[in-house]
Amino acid sequence: MGDNGAGKSTLVKIIAGNFPPSSGEILLDGRPVHFHWPTDARHAGIEVVYQDLALCDNLTAAANVFLGREVRRSFAGMFRCLDNAYMYQRARELFAELKSDTRPADLVRTMLGGQRRAVAIARTRLARARTVLMDEPTAAISVRQVAEVLDLIRRLRDQGIAVILISHRMPDVFAVCDRIMVLRRGRKVAEKPVAQTSPEEITGLITGAIERVP
Amino acid sequence: MTTEHTLVAPRSHPERSFGFGARLLGSQAFWASVATLIICVAITTISGTVATYENVFNTTRNFAFIGIMALGQTAVIITGGIDLAVGSVMGLSGIVFGLMMTSGYSLWSSILVALAVALACGAVNGYLVAYLQLSPFVVTLGMLSIARSLVLVVSNNRMVYQFGPDEELLFALGGGGLFGIPNPVLVLVGLTLVLGALLNFTAWGRHLYAIGGNEQAARLTGVPVNRIKLSAYLLSSLMAGIAAILMIGWLGSVTNALGLTYELRVIAAAVIGGANLAGGEGTAYGALIEAALLEIIRNSLLLAGVDPYWQGTFIGLFIIFAVLLERVRGKRDTALFERIRGKRSG
Repeated sequence: MGDNGAGKSTLVKIIAGNFPPSSGEILLDGRPVHFHWPTDARHAGIEVVYQDLALCDNLTAAANVFLGREVRRSFAGMFRCLDNAYMYQRARELFAELKSDTRPADLVRTMLGGQRRAVAIARTRLARARTVLMDEPTAAISVRQVAEVLDLIRRLRDQGIAVILISHRMPDVFAVCDRIMVLRRGRKVAEKPVAQTSPEEITGLITGAIERVP
Repeated sequence: MTTEHTLVAPRSHPERSFGFGARLLGSQAFWASVATLIICVAITTISGTVATYENVFNTTRNFAFIGIMALGQTAVIITGGIDLAVGSVMGLSGIVFGLMMTSGYSLWSSILVALAVALACGAVNGYLVAYLQLSPFVVTLGMLSIARSLVLVVSNNRMVYQFGPDEELLFALGGGGLFGIPNPVLVLVGLTLVLGALLNFTAWGRHLYAIGGNEQAARLTGVPVNRIKLSAYLLSSLMAGIAAILMIGWLGSVTNALGLTYELRVIAAAVIGGANLAGGEGTAYGALIEAALLEIIRNSLLLAGVDPYWQGTFIGLFIIFAVLLERVRGKRDTALFERIRGKRSG
């Protein structure tokens, strides 16, 4: 958690391999890793749902799900062309798993907020992800959709996938998280199990009313 | 599919949102083809001269050069960029080609060097736009000026009209034909098919559209944005080089005015053919058909006895009309989507 400009989204993009870290290191299962491209992070089992969902409006749902990792097959033994049939089929399965009515052949431009979110989330389910980062997945959506997203986070957790939730919304964080970390002005000021803290303390840490918790 | 959690019951055709017919009617390339046909028929019935074999041969060859360049331009415009330098790059690679031929080099080595010069211009454009993230408008405007001035430097402002030992071969390449179809038209049709396949069936094509649709999203999802953008500018310049060689073979001479102001007609063809200057839209077929439409209109005006000084006015009006059409189409689509949304949530 953290205030606007605390560096939450930047941290997400560093972990996802979009920006190089200026210092420090990333440990995965205790081993240092270095990501130069988003694909590097993906190979390490890290998937991201970005704040703005990172969708291309002019492409179909299936094309967006597979963006940057299109499935190709050889044609006439030499040309590598897109395997659209497979990608549509797989996207349809993913949307069904997510209990979404999103259709693979629809253009994202024509979609509702919940369907767009389903496309972004379906991406994280393509590979066998071990860590999923979600940047403000519950911002600016209806109460019902918030409940669906929180439900999804719990399901991911039950499958043994680590979820890192970036959020402003205190109730959501306390509803699904095990540990809370607070960032202020690019620095970590606290890291506590949910059971040992309270919304009041976290608010104090975010605003700076409470300087730091060891 | 369980409906317990879905907000809306699935519709009867869960896969296809719009049928083929609806998509066809919504495509600008389709309407442009219809307009082209209507204009052809109208002019033929009025003047009776359009449909002669010589005129069709000439018209199709004339638009082939613009069409070839419009293909490359379309790739650039799909990424949300623009290449203003194509006319000058055509001039530069053309003059280099002419000078090589006239000093006795073979046709093939001259072609290789001319295309290499074109690719070098495209590489500079692409590098500055993709890797240094400069505005494509400014970068290619600069290249327009640089390449045009290099034409004068290299040629020392003289004309080339002798092409050494391979002269006959060159004239056959640009001026000849196969089965009554001019070679440049065959090249145009071939390249259109290749580009169409690349755009529709490869990851490269999909990435071009993705970059034009949302460059930031493409970057975040691991699309090699810089490399793809660079490739689009390389393609555009390469097409200018190919058009230059074919045109010289047809004209039988190179002047320093080769390709002058062609950027306007090339961009016009790409844009009227459905390429959206905001990025994310465009087709190879659209570029071809629009190059044809512009040339047919030009040709028709000439045959109808309209003063050629008016040509620029008509082409300019056409560009504005096309953008206007796009706006109207965009509004209609938005209205359609609003209706669909209303239906789903209602």
